[in-house]
Amino acid sequence: MFYREAGDFKTSYRDDNQTFPIRLDRAGYWVAIAVAFGIVPFFVNDYWVNAIFAPFFIYAIAALGLNILTGYAGQVSLGTGGFMAVGAYAVYKLMVAFPEINIIFHVLMAGGITAVVGVLFGLPSLRIKGFYLAVATLASQFFLIWLFNKVPWFYNYSASGQINAPERSVFGIIVTGPNTEAWAKYLICLVFLVGVAWMARNLTRGMTGRKWMGIRDMDIAAEIIGVNPLMAKMTAFAVSSFFVGVAGALFFAVYLGAAEAGESFGISKSFLILFMIIIGGLGSIFGSFAGAAFMVLMPVFLKNVLVGGMGWPTDLAAHFEFMIVGGLIVFFLIVEPHGLAQLWRLTKEKLRLWPFPH
Amino acid sequence: MKFSRVAAASVAALMVGAPAMAELVFPSLSYRTGPFAAGGIPYADGFADYMTLLNERDGGVGGVKISVPECETAYNTEKGVECYEATKGEGALVYNPLSTGITYQLIPKATADDIPLYTPGYGRTSAANGKVFSHVFNFPANYWNGASAAVNHLLDINGADLSGKKVILLHFNGAYGKEPIPTLTALGEKHGFDFSAIPVDYPGQEQKSQWLQIRRERPDYVLFWGWGVMNQVAIQEAGNIRFPLENMIGVWWSGAEHDVKPAGDAATGYKAVAFHGVGSDYPVFGDIQKYVVDAGKAAGNGDNVGTVIYNRGVYAAMMLAEAAKKAQEIHGVADITSGQMRDGLEQLEITDARMTELGMEGFGPAFKVSCENHGGPGTAAISQWDAGKGTWSLISDFGPSDMEVIQPLIDADSMAYAAENNIAERCN
Repeated sequence: MFYREAGDFKTSYRDDNQTFPIRLDRAGYWVAIAVAFGIVPFFVNDYWVNAIFAPFFIYAIAALGLNILTGYAGQVSLGTGGFMAVGAYAVYKLMVAFPEINIIFHVLMAGGITAVVGVLFGLPSLRIKGFYLAVATLASQFFLIWLFNKVPWFYNYSASGQINAPERSVFGIIVTGPNTEAWAKYLICLVFLVGVAWMARNLTRGMTGRKWMGIRDMDIAAEIIGVNPLMAKMTAFAVSSFFVGVAGALFFAVYLGAAEAGESFGISKSFLILFMIIIGGLGSIFGSFAGAAFMVLMPVFLKNVLVGGMGWPTDLAAHFEFMIVGGLIVFFLIVEPHGLAQLWRLTKEKLRLWPFPH
Repeated sequence: MKFSRVAAASVAALMVGAPAMAELVFPSLSYRTGPFAAGGIPYADGFADYMTLLNERDGGVGGVKISVPECETAYNTEKGVECYEATKGEGALVYNPLSTGITYQLIPKATADDIPLYTPGYGRTSAANGKVFSHVFNFPANYWNGASAAVNHLLDINGADLSGKKVILLHFNGAYGKEPIPTLTALGEKHGFDFSAIPVDYPGQEQKSQWLQIRRERPDYVLFWGWGVMNQVAIQEAGNIRFPLENMIGVWWSGAEHDVKPAGDAATGYKAVAFHGVGSDYPVFGDIQKYVVDAGKAAGNGDNVGTVIYNRGVYAAMMLAEAAKKAQEIHGVADITSGQMRDGLEQLEITDARMTELGMEGFGPAFKVSCENHGGPGTAAISQWDAGKGTWSLISDFGPSDMEVIQPLIDADSMAYAAENNIAERCN
């Protein structure tokens, strides 16, 4: 009744192409942005930021990155953890080497460095695809982790191979290190997330994104109509790795504050982010958010219900968590193989017709 | 977005429901799941059981009951962060996360929140330097003491001469396993043995290639820094390549019953460094049996009493309870804060008389913590496994470690940390 196109007249191409064609959606988007920037920062505490918002935002950035590569350009990657490690170690080296420069530039530069590394490891995608490419990117995962463990220069020769984020600030507000205020940590992650999501949305609906999708859907046909596969695949790897690198940099510098390559950026991280986009929905911006929310928030939510609410022993709760989250993944994928994003899309279709479906 | 808000709102509703407590809160960031659960379970059980014993037998510490909220980390740093934030609000006095990775993460955070960290025998070794690390305590012994104790034992059995010997460190490829490398390198130079390190990646269920390398290089001795499932695999693999197990020495985290039992008789002779007593021939375990296990109040299954890692949990809990008592004495209040707890830890003194009173005579060393030294005496002994009898036994006395080598390393590493983080020296 309220959720409909009728009455919302579009008089220009610009209006016609907007991201949210329905008025209610647009309003919802602006309200969400206003709440996220204007209200939440005044109420968040350490627990909310460190256990919920920071991991959710950062994983959402990583999921957006992988979604560009796998969901939009169709190149399967199991190297996400390794690329996050590149971002983390790059930002660490930059933070330590140039302490006077604003951390935001360090994070962006770390993303840039990851993009270069990503393109390098993306070269095999020109010759191989599908499972074979997955194996090649898997190799990059293991190589990068091995490299960060093996070469002491990356962790500044510390005894244990751990890297620790020193205190750095943005316009005088501390955003890394132990003295960070909860709201500052929240906002820095949110700013990057909104920026990345905005970029991703605009890239994917423009010519670049259409090329990626052409390559994904049928690379030979795309080539025939004039898409250069080299450029399309390399840009996909570059943009994707840039996002993943930014996520890795924030993950280490803002969220954890200390990291080691094998534990924080191991193969399980690659799988976790791949699961996020599969459950959320391949080739969907909303799906990246939904998948990250599902994989990050569900375990925390269940832990709080089972241990905090129902007083179960922690080990029993942890095992049940695996079973419930696993069960839900299977359930969602059976109900809707295209992920949560598709569920959301169907809901919206139904809402448009409600209450007169015929 | 919609999904996340529903979940977050529910979490908030639950957190508001948590009751306020007037108790001494010792959170236990434990891991009863994951590849390291084999070690995590007995430690968490021992820690919780000793605290329960104090509640049941003595009515807590200084008349205030103790509560031990548990939080499952699965040895994962992200879950560790969540657990830290979740329990911090309950008035946590001290953290003992039993994970070197989580410790590294918590050192700056806990220091900023004025909550001490107690990491006996693990964590950041250079935190022994109290001048830099105001809130971290790792007495009575740390990794570098352990490495030195192992080398001292090798010196003992080789007539004080190790020149030309080949020693390999097989280690977990993470913060924990890499800690002893600088010390062993320095000791190798001092005593003239040939040292090299072979890493095993997390979680360590597959070590064929590492042991192939060991077989090829034919070392005289293998030192071993493993944990959880990695230990059992390593000891079985050592048996498979017929490596004499009396030439393999594990650190204290690689020397428990569950590590050697899977290898059966082949494990006989395997040695491990220990910083506290083994077995259950101490009166305190009788009390635990009587007040906790028989009363049906044991944590977990209650079947770990007297095992190596369980004892370590008891030992750690004892230290914290004593420190809390000290803090109550210093500040004259029963319901202490985390800052006061830190003072208690810094002025803790464990005497032999006190150990006897606690029913733990000879279980660990007598020592005194000071502002400069948060690392304790660093004494350690060597224990050996007998598969026939199914027991660990100490084959040496608790001896000192080579502080001549270790102290400069501690100073260098802690000063580097101080410089990176702009920390001014304390205790002047």
